[in-house]
Amino acid sequence: MQPQSQTIIIRNGRVIDPSQRLDAISDVVVIDGLIAGIESSGANQPSNSLSPRVGLNSEKARVIDATNKVVAPGFIDLHTHLRTPGQEWKEDPKTASDAAVRGGFTTICAMPNTYPAQDNASVVDALMQRCAYESDARVRPIGAITKERKGQELAPMHELADAGVIGFSDDGDPVMSPHIMRQALAYSSDLNIPIINHAEDRDLVSEWDMNEGAVATHLGLRGIPNSAESMMIARDIVLASITNGRLHIPHVSTAESVEIVRRAKADSIRVTAETTPHHLALTEEWVYGECGNVPATLTPYAYNTNAKMAPPLRTETDRQALIEGLNDGTIDAIATDHAPHADTDKICTFTEAANGIIGLETALSLTVGMAKIDIKTVIERLTVGPRAILNDNSVGTLQPGARADITIIDPNAEWEVNRSTLGSKSHNTPLLEFNVKPRIVATFVSGVTVWDATENGAPNA
Amino acid sequence: MTLTLSRPTDQTDTTLNPSSKHLLDVDSLSADQIQSFIDSTRDYRDFRASRPYKSDILRGTSIYTLFFENSTRTRVSFEHAGKALGADVINISADTSSVNKGESLLNTALTLDAMGVDSLIIRHPHSGAPHFVARHVNATVINAGDGAHAHPTQALLDVMTLHDYLGDLQGAKLAIIGDILYSRVARSDIIAFHKMGVQISIAAPPTLLPHSWKHGTNTLNPTGTEVTLHESVEDAIRDADAIMCLRLQLERQTSGLLPDVNEYSRVWGINAQRLSLAKQDAPVMHPGPMNEGLEISTDVAHGRLSLVTNQVENGVAMRMSVLEHFCAAIG
Repeated sequence: MQPQSQTIIIRNGRVIDPSQRLDAISDVVVIDGLIAGIESSGANQPSNSLSPRVGLNSEKARVIDATNKVVAPGFIDLHTHLRTPGQEWKEDPKTASDAAVRGGFTTICAMPNTYPAQDNASVVDALMQRCAYESDARVRPIGAITKERKGQELAPMHELADAGVIGFSDDGDPVMSPHIMRQALAYSSDLNIPIINHAEDRDLVSEWDMNEGAVATHLGLRGIPNSAESMMIARDIVLASITNGRLHIPHVSTAESVEIVRRAKADSIRVTAETTPHHLALTEEWVYGECGNVPATLTPYAYNTNAKMAPPLRTETDRQALIEGLNDGTIDAIATDHAPHADTDKICTFTEAANGIIGLETALSLTVGMAKIDIKTVIERLTVGPRAILNDNSVGTLQPGARADITIIDPNAEWEVNRSTLGSKSHNTPLLEFNVKPRIVATFVSGVTVWDATENGAPNA
Repeated sequence: MTLTLSRPTDQTDTTLNPSSKHLLDVDSLSADQIQSFIDSTRDYRDFRASRPYKSDILRGTSIYTLFFENSTRTRVSFEHAGKALGADVINISADTSSVNKGESLLNTALTLDAMGVDSLIIRHPHSGAPHFVARHVNATVINAGDGAHAHPTQALLDVMTLHDYLGDLQGAKLAIIGDILYSRVARSDIIAFHKMGVQISIAAPPTLLPHSWKHGTNTLNPTGTEVTLHESVEDAIRDADAIMCLRLQLERQTSGLLPDVNEYSRVWGINAQRLSLAKQDAPVMHPGPMNEGLEISTDVAHGRLSLVTNQVENGVAMRMSVLEHFCAAIG
């Protein structure tokens, strides 16, 4: 790592920082790992003319030309599966961090479906100690709602809060009992830490392969309807309103869910929501294995297991509703649900395949590149959106004095998604071997370069 | 600038049109191809009538049947067909193979592929299992039934059986009664008969239908295979040229989809009285195995209008025709 005392000038980039409503061609100055200032710059402005206010000695500064690039606060992912402890063959803190910084993320929140689960302070402490050594990205833990994530007895929430958890979740296992869910929301209501409940009513459908609809009918796969999600969200919102608990809805995937959350927010219920890059960009037709197209006849590429996740990819109607919800603020955050799986979990029949895809490296390519969502909106939902849910204003900002967590994006650069460009230990993404854009060209954590695409085979811009 | 996404090249894909090498479903067959299977099957049926019939058209080719589910007629008829054409046929069932030791489908298929098998005939409880295997092996893959997805050779022999009885199928009306949601036979039959110009009427308990279907016109797949859904079995059968009666999976009762099998029989069972609503001499088919007395009454199952044994008889000849088409080029 480079010494933190270095001065860095990121020159002439389009600086987008929603935390200060900034979108202008500017220079970002970093001194001693902190944001020293943002100075408006002209293309021909000599470097030393901006120095007086920030006391910059440009002779010693490292100057990075960000012309035609976007400079943003490092992204925050509310939903990362680190697979540590217990499934380190899928991911570990180092590879998760590699994946994160390649995708522009500088803060990731570790989901608790580990073995053992993150249901007490010792387990959380052990993970955080490991992350301190192995991870460049900041890691914030999420604790379990219930002991062993079994949905039966509450986990020690105050102990977990003291250990630094930023949310409570039983991860892929929904709290099915309304009684336990009510107690969880009530018990945690004074902690100002959200309950994050996987919204899937297992009593409605217990076994399923993909979205219930035309594609499932055609392929003979078992479907799960939108209502399995929206019923659960409706229940949880009712419980949040009677307990004044804080509720965060993970990976919203249906049009009905968006509408229910929109109404709850209008009713001033304490609810926030996230959706994923893949639900914003892809639809159930991706299961056909033909890049979202409907093939005239099925080929051996059909039943694409890298299009299998929970919640499943839905229809175009749902996708448009998610984008609308993202644009109008109903959906606060984009979260990747980065879910690494070994090859053997995905090279199998569709029914056997594990749920989930990796998502840190491709988050921007899916949302900005493929779904064509305005980059400003995406950055907002990856910075100020999630940090409000984290309740931590020290991240997701380029305000002077903040730690210099920064990412630089080349909106026009393509990159190929493959085993060498991915940081993750796993490769389960439907975009494998595709060329996508934009590209994250550099990422800094506290002013330290943790990702530099030019050192990794990208043409030097 | 728009992103143009295309499928990345796959090292294992050696053919220009990978779907034509395998028989994975009936979607990939044209009406002309289905008709040519019917024609060549008739030839084989005639040959078989002049016993003993033994061809050497597939001599030197190896065919493995790999069955992960129980089967009588499909497995035996494929074996019979392969042997009649001179192929070396080896039967592998999951419960006596290393699958029982935990070997994955992929490694099982790769093992058999390494032994030099020319053609793998696969039945598997998971939809898409043959597509998955086809993606990874050199052998030709023939789908002998995958989950609730497809059973292409059953559909071909069903089309042929009705063609024998009615002649040209264009404009004929076929009533299909029973579990559509979980039935691979229903899916493949609907697609194959639709390709041959047959109008399909359906009646079933609403819990056993695709969830998006409402009474009236519905599609089975996004490429527009249309069916008409009726409120009652009587409406579906009325004026039909033929009836296809599907097997009722008995576990549908315990999983909450049906109150009990007797009620199913009373409301949806095919009996002589309901059969009389169809056109005169309209035949009844059933893919087997039958729950006799439940979805089909004994007098109908074994009556003069039953084509059940014709279906079985055509099954061997149709599979000879299929094996010749998909395996002969290999040898």
